[in-house]
Amino acid sequence: MPTIVVEVMPKAELLDPQGKAVAGALARLGSSTFSSVRIGKRFELTFDGPVDDAVLAEVKDIAETLLSNAVIEDVVGIHADAL
Amino acid sequence: MTTSPVESSPADAAQIDMPFVDGPLVDTVERAATNPEREQPYAALGLKEDEYLKIREILGRRPTSGELAMYSVMWSEHCSYKSSKVWLRQFGQKVTPEMTKNLMVGMGENAGVIDVGEGWAVTFKIESHNHPSYIEPFQGAATGVGGIVRDIISMGARPVAVMDALRFGAIDSPDTARVVHGVVSGISFYANCLGLPNIGGETYFDSVYQANPLVNALAVGVLRHEDLHLANARGVGNKVVLFGARTGGDGIGGASILASDSFSASGPTKRPAVQVGDPFAEKVLIECCLELFRDDLVEGIQDLGAAGISCATSELASNGDGGMAVDLDRVLLRDPSLTAEEILMSESQERMMAIVRPEKLDAFMAVVGKWEVETSVLGEVTDTGRLIITWRGETIVDVDPRTVAVDGPVYDRPIAYPTWIDELNADSASGLARPTAGEELAAQVQALAASANLSDKSWITAQYDRYVMGNTALSYPDDGGMVRVDEESGLGFAVATDANGRYCYLDPYQGAQLALAEAYRNVAVTGATPVAVSDCLNFGSPENPEVMWQFSKSVEGLADGCLELGIPVTGGNVSFYNQTGNVPIHPTPVVGVLGVIDDVARRVPSGWQDEGHNIYLLGITSLELDGSAWAGLVHGHLGGRPPAVDLQREKELAGLLNGGTKEALIGSAHDLADGGLAQALVESALRFGIGARIFLDELCERDGIDLATALFSESTGRVIVSVPREDDVRFVGLCEARRYPVQRIGVTDGLPDAAPSLNLQGMFDISLADLRAGWSGTLPTHFA
Repeated sequence: MPTIVVEVMPKAELLDPQGKAVAGALARLGSSTFSSVRIGKRFELTFDGPVDDAVLAEVKDIAETLLSNAVIEDVVGIHADAL
Repeated sequence: MTTSPVESSPADAAQIDMPFVDGPLVDTVERAATNPEREQPYAALGLKEDEYLKIREILGRRPTSGELAMYSVMWSEHCSYKSSKVWLRQFGQKVTPEMTKNLMVGMGENAGVIDVGEGWAVTFKIESHNHPSYIEPFQGAATGVGGIVRDIISMGARPVAVMDALRFGAIDSPDTARVVHGVVSGISFYANCLGLPNIGGETYFDSVYQANPLVNALAVGVLRHEDLHLANARGVGNKVVLFGARTGGDGIGGASILASDSFSASGPTKRPAVQVGDPFAEKVLIECCLELFRDDLVEGIQDLGAAGISCATSELASNGDGGMAVDLDRVLLRDPSLTAEEILMSESQERMMAIVRPEKLDAFMAVVGKWEVETSVLGEVTDTGRLIITWRGETIVDVDPRTVAVDGPVYDRPIAYPTWIDELNADSASGLARPTAGEELAAQVQALAASANLSDKSWITAQYDRYVMGNTALSYPDDGGMVRVDEESGLGFAVATDANGRYCYLDPYQGAQLALAEAYRNVAVTGATPVAVSDCLNFGSPENPEVMWQFSKSVEGLADGCLELGIPVTGGNVSFYNQTGNVPIHPTPVVGVLGVIDDVARRVPSGWQDEGHNIYLLGITSLELDGSAWAGLVHGHLGGRPPAVDLQREKELAGLLNGGTKEALIGSAHDLADGGLAQALVESALRFGIGARIFLDELCERDGIDLATALFSESTGRVIVSVPREDDVRFVGLCEARRYPVQRIGVTDGLPDAAPSLNLQGMFDISLADLRAGWSGTLPTHFA
């Protein structure tokens, strides 16, 4: 069954307290390779049928209205994934 | 002048793309002089043409883009109070020496500070975060808490409690749940993470707030007298230090555009106008600041809120020696691509600016280092009288800071008496059908108790920490919140907020005084003595002359009322442009009153706790149903004149309650307000599940009223108290000695084996279980 993956990230300009906390933890654990961490969300929408434009349009609509909060988040990726 | 205003709708303004920089060139003071006629986007930044021309006049040239950014945010309605200033002056004028006797810091600083004795002081303030809370309810409300808490820290105090006055749209409107869930979770998230108890507040639902909820956040802090700090930059050579979170691209233009003009929630924004807060960073900042204060390492301090660095630098400089030199390249950034203008306007949360003596800088850095708070020295205090900001080696701002922060535009806006109000005032509720039969009375008592505005708000307050820190003596559902300040002596404070927009709509002058009277009474019934006021004045557009009339009347009413009660306004804020479409909200001047109690152990609970106590009604009940909850719920009616206010009586009542509690004669006390006696009886009974038998015949005869009026009238100056039998004679004697009307109206129920009920003699008997089911069921039905 095909799965469509939606990826949502906090808007680049906004503070991401979770990412900041992980970045701080990395530094405390001795890893100095990474200067910044940002944390987003991944949704997997599974359905029965072919991946066509209609489904993708519906996912885009869902992603922008329900899965993300357009005021503070961006939908950064929608892609089909066969499982 | 070749410059012409850029046409821009508010919707465009919300999506503003910062059009500051022409290519890679930084707009410096020098370039502003050599290229004087460059077109500037002042209109998109919310400045009017005459304001822009005034800036040019002040500077003797066009502003640089950095200066324009600063002036535009600082001259916005939200920061400059340009439409309200001429009216707010009354709070400073209508005062007596008696009122300011215990006032350590009055209006104009981040928050007022009151001496509460024993070397302690309390600071408190209420502030709006209305517009952000509609667009992004969770973060909007959360950062509202964060902002008001930082105001408290910047006075040198430890924040110890918060409370919120909330107004939402109609409870059954589909969008209301979105806003309620977001706002309540945002408040609980931020304050719970900070470890601050939320000790009360109020929640109302009314369709006038449908697309414009009100989120007014109040915070209280305590400090020792010697810890008091002010926001000023004194001492030439002292360092200007920015510490806390890094500066990012969030909330840019929020002050000028979001809070100061009508806005549209539709469409994505180019730069997010809201901010995301981090309460754990703020908690660290609190502890860090308190250690800095303890070790006497800061000379002046200011939090960064609306207008960010623009506000902090210009206000600190204006309040101090007048000069400051700042290098913007030293600001620690979360996003290195920010322009200088964006850095000046950013409203990133959890930041503070301190003025530090050079010889104390090492010790200062050691403390912030211990708390892992990022810090950078931006510059120093000068005696030039100019605020000079450099960026990439060039001067981009060179202004007299007072022209930015203090001497902004002042508008004496046109005022128009709203002629519709005559007809509204003539439409009294006195002629509406009032029930006489027991069954109907009972149904209305229950319906009121279960109505959106009078029902149990525990669904909201249970999401907040109420007892964290271990000093909470009273919180919701008591009339006011109370917190212990000193663990040894028991010294404490009480706070309550109130505003009835329906009353204010009928009469903004009287409505404001009613809000004041109720908050004052709510504090008095806890056993505390009211001492100070903080107000959050929520109104529609100041450009609407009728709204301006409402505003002027409310301020006048509040200032006159405070003078009469003898308690000063210590600070607060004004929120304009609250409207749904073109329809302004009901004028909503939320009044917070702070009281002091010498020992929280003698606090008075709001509900009956023991059986067999006599119940007394203090005060006179008249036929005052106009604007009442009863008229609104039962008849869908809003008209007439709000209840009469007699502030001298309120003062006498507060004195009487204080005397009664000091002599330990009062078992419980509950203020009568929305829903009248009926609702006060319901809440007193449900508080601890103790019923009562009530008889109102003597009251009705004495006051010349019918039973429905006795139950539902909202006459002021009234409180019900329960008194143990053995103290009866002394209590009645006390009332008579003080010539305050007192009438015994019932007795708390002592019937063994009977399920507790609220019984009105000869009329109805409602079991407390039924009452509670209705009262507690409403919010969960809509939101759980």
